[in-house]
Amino acid sequence: MSEASIEIVAPAGTPAALRAAVDAGADAVYAGFRDETNARNFPGLNFSREEMAEAIGYIHARGRKLFLAVNTFAEAGRPEPWRRAVDDAARFGADSVILADIGLLDYAASRHPQLRRHLSVQAAASNPEAIRLYAAAFGVRRVVLPRVLTLEAIAKLVRSAEVEFEVFAFGGMCVMAEGRCALSSYVTGLSPNMHGVCSPPSHVRYEARGDTLVSLLGGLTIDRFAPGEPAGYPTLCKGRFCVRGEESHLFEDPVSLSALDLLSALGGAGVRALKIEGRQRGPVYVGRVVAAFRQAIDAVARGEAPPTVALGDLTEGARVTAGAYRKGWR
Amino acid sequence: MTGTGDGRRAALTLGPLLFNWPAAQRRDFYARIADEAPIDSVCLGEVVCAKRAPFSDPDLPEIARRLADGGKEVIYSTLALVMDDHDRALVAEIANASDMLVEANDLGAIEILAGRTHVIGPFVNVYNEGALAWFAQRGARRVSLPVELPTAAIGALGARAGAVELEVTAFGRLPLAISARCYHARARGLHKDGCRYVCDEDPDGLSVETLDGQGFLAVNGLQTLSHGVAALTAEIAPLRAAGIDRFRLWPQAVDMVAVARAYRDLLDGRLGPEEAAGRLAGLVPFAPVTAGFVSGSRSHYWHGTQGLAD
Repeated sequence: MSEASIEIVAPAGTPAALRAAVDAGADAVYAGFRDETNARNFPGLNFSREEMAEAIGYIHARGRKLFLAVNTFAEAGRPEPWRRAVDDAARFGADSVILADIGLLDYAASRHPQLRRHLSVQAAASNPEAIRLYAAAFGVRRVVLPRVLTLEAIAKLVRSAEVEFEVFAFGGMCVMAEGRCALSSYVTGLSPNMHGVCSPPSHVRYEARGDTLVSLLGGLTIDRFAPGEPAGYPTLCKGRFCVRGEESHLFEDPVSLSALDLLSALGGAGVRALKIEGRQRGPVYVGRVVAAFRQAIDAVARGEAPPTVALGDLTEGARVTAGAYRKGWR
Repeated sequence: MTGTGDGRRAALTLGPLLFNWPAAQRRDFYARIADEAPIDSVCLGEVVCAKRAPFSDPDLPEIARRLADGGKEVIYSTLALVMDDHDRALVAEIANASDMLVEANDLGAIEILAGRTHVIGPFVNVYNEGALAWFAQRGARRVSLPVELPTAAIGALGARAGAVELEVTAFGRLPLAISARCYHARARGLHKDGCRYVCDEDPDGLSVETLDGQGFLAVNGLQTLSHGVAALTAEIAPLRAAGIDRFRLWPQAVDMVAVARAYRDLLDGRLGPEEAAGRLAGLVPFAPVTAGFVSGSRSHYWHGTQGLAD
């Protein structure tokens, strides 16, 4: 874990996942409070105030960092839960807050200037001008890039700005620009921006129709599975739909993102940190993915070829894509 | 009666054309808007895909002049998703033109506008009073709110808007998402870079159905919209009471002059909400007319007209 090597930022939805991430060699862990102030607001996940304070102590004792995600958009007329989350991040000594909401960035910059600010992917800052604004107005030090940019565009962005860049390297993949997608909201009334959920389990149903299984979200058919075919989770943008009479996964196939094969390119582009998606996943997932990236990054740092690691069983549909990093994806 | 919000006159904005119409259709459309539509402000400019701009840009000055002659406030809208130098050049060209009123749809445009009076478009996330105050202090005089904002949040913002004018989407297929990937091209087995501009085949977007044949979404190049055409009518009076004095109509390939007249009549109290809903439904042949997001309900907005029930 040399200074120059690229940093692994691992997800933790529970204290157990956080410990697994640290054990597997994560440089930093991101986590959020147990409410709608973070973008993975699922039942049974995330940290109470006490757990967070403890987690930060645990992480610091091991020389790692904790980034606290407060990355939904504060509700109009009720900013308190979001402001309290930022206040508590400062109070507990989090190494940074990950924010997306302009109102909250403004609050954090003026109330807690010493608390490092990272720009969440939910802000979808995808060009030098936008990043310049976030850096100048709110002192943002690191930007998590939306999953819409090619490697070439990322390299250019890095050269153009004075901030650090973090990119998504593994896990669930938004095909829409993050923070600007109202699909889940349209179907279920619950959105990533306002409620911290996308295609929430509360609105999911599976239905047998003859010998086929149908997955529904908010009563709407999202996909259909033949007997024996593994039934995927009905994430809206990975569903099968019909256009001009033809059925297809119009937006994206049920796949996960993996940039494991792009480590050298991302490092060469000047990316500072790799983010692993999956605060909703268990400690086994977190541990295995972090370990794979740790091995690969260390190998690349030694000038060796990264080892081949099979993570297929941890991905959606057992398939991976490099997503927008490769131009042909668009 | 729907009529007035404490005697304040409500204004209508025609949003930017989201679809890739042929140049002649575009020119004719804006000529009619300029001459006949009771609309106060018209947004021009490519918002969805920079690849289309070279084909529409040459006509813009003439269209803008015609609209200004017709007494409309002309606004230039910037690209919603700005990813490469092409996109940036398009945004910079608009945002740097000091004689134009600009609607910024990305934070990058707002950075360039620094301090100059401008409008914030619905693709910028303004969810709360903190963000609203920050944008106002940066020079925003009007904010078109995100389409997913619930009624309660709109009310909370309306009560704290101060000098900033708030706008709510009233009519059109709702813009729900934007991506780096072109779904029009993908539906044809093509990529964005070799798209053959197939988005020009669908003047109101390409309908996407569920496997059960239920109308669900519409794609428009990089953009995804609702299948149903939102048309707020019963919601207009409560929104006016909540301090909303401006409503946005998104261009669809229907008689938009008649749509604008229906809204003008509704806002001026010459038409009741039910009559307006009926008239609007009769103007939209290609998809059901729905209540959109602003219904106060937390679920099943896509169900359409049932959404009006609450």
